[in-house]
Amino acid sequence: MRVLQTEALIPVIEKLCIKACCELNDNVMDAFRKAVENEESPIGKKALEIIVENGEFAKKEQLPCCHDTGVAVVLLECGQEVAWEGMPLEDAVNEGVRRGYTNGYLRKSVVADPLNRENTNDNTLAMLHVEIVPGDQVKVTVMPKGGGSENMGAFKVLLPGDGKEGVKQFLLETVAKVGGNPCPPYIIGIGIGGTMDTCAWMAKKALLRPIGEHNPNPYYAELEKEFLEAVNKSGVGPIGMGGTVTALDVHIDYHGVHITALPVAINFQCNAARQASEVI
Amino acid sequence: MERDVQLPLTKEFVKPLKVGDVLYLSGYVYTCRDAAHKRIQDLLEAGEESPLDWTNQLVYYAGPCPPQPGQVFNSNGPTTAARMDPFVEMMFKLGVVAFLGKGDRAPYVADLCKKYGGVSLLGVGGASAINAARIKSAEVVLYPELGTESIKKLYFDRFRVIVGIDTEGNVLQKQEVAKYKRD
Repeated sequence: MRVLQTEALIPVIEKLCIKACCELNDNVMDAFRKAVENEESPIGKKALEIIVENGEFAKKEQLPCCHDTGVAVVLLECGQEVAWEGMPLEDAVNEGVRRGYTNGYLRKSVVADPLNRENTNDNTLAMLHVEIVPGDQVKVTVMPKGGGSENMGAFKVLLPGDGKEGVKQFLLETVAKVGGNPCPPYIIGIGIGGTMDTCAWMAKKALLRPIGEHNPNPYYAELEKEFLEAVNKSGVGPIGMGGTVTALDVHIDYHGVHITALPVAINFQCNAARQASEVI
Repeated sequence: MERDVQLPLTKEFVKPLKVGDVLYLSGYVYTCRDAAHKRIQDLLEAGEESPLDWTNQLVYYAGPCPPQPGQVFNSNGPTTAARMDPFVEMMFKLGVVAFLGKGDRAPYVADLCKKYGGVSLLGVGGASAINAARIKSAEVVLYPELGTESIKKLYFDRFRVIVGIDTEGNVLQKQEVAKYKRD
């Protein structure tokens, strides 16, 4: 066993919160630059140029690329040969988020309870996911998730017989309904199958996959290409101001499912597609 | 059409604007979003006056990041305007001439722009870092306890916006999305 102190997570998460908010990675920036070339609408093209300029400026000046620095979604992919010592792991994660959002001058966008709505003023609690994987290392990922795109997510349980066409129809209906609100060009994460919880998490986690990388299952990889093409025919375009680049990519993950069900979750990742990882 | 505009706006000035016009705004604006709108609504419903004079003002739907040391203002950008749709008529009645937000609005907002002779403006959602450099002064004028949601008076220095809904009730997205929709 490799023994790790939970306190070691604190500075790592602090750093990742700030890095993710201020620096869009090359994969995302390259996708924007390609989109500038492909976009047919002059208004859309100009919006994309501004998004590229903003990403470069944010990194150079170390400013949050988007003012909505979101809720901190934290994923720990924890090797099964790791044993933890120290303070409760969840507390360490939240302390990292607290320090990152405070010391990084990031916006505090979390209220303590959804009905009484008092701001926690330090952006805790994080949305923590822990997955046990082979090995003795821990991959820490921070994904700040803004409200504009998160609020446009959708979940529906289709009938098994609705099949691929049913999923596509649900996707295109959702894209048309949400229009420019999730700040296109966005990435779409789709979870298909599992139970309600598994399905929604697959949709979210799929957003972490690099743009241009497809599901290893060729059937689903083809589906991703087909869906992307269909979404980009919607006309929504950059920032919803019309155009041919609405989505940068569509990522699907699937899971075994009950014989009666076809659950589908759709999660949007706005153009501020922020994520940062470090392996401990 | 692109042009430089000095704030405050007037109804006479905004009347001929057309969807798609690009404006570089300079002058004072107020930020106001969900929680502050609700407070103003509660005051008016209680028979009280608005704590601010909104005549000819531009309401910027924004919740910025807190300033870094030595910085006038941090990353800021328009938030989803649709959440403030229910407050549009109230603000028009108080004298507001323009709103600045992002995303699509309810169809009735276009009718209200026509009725009151105001406009709804759009920024580029997500591109908030470059806007930090466009703010030359910032002051919290109301509800400091709301943090990012307080009402702030900002001085814009050539802040780029695009007309999303004009005084005839035309909607930019409706026109533009139809052009690029493929069957």
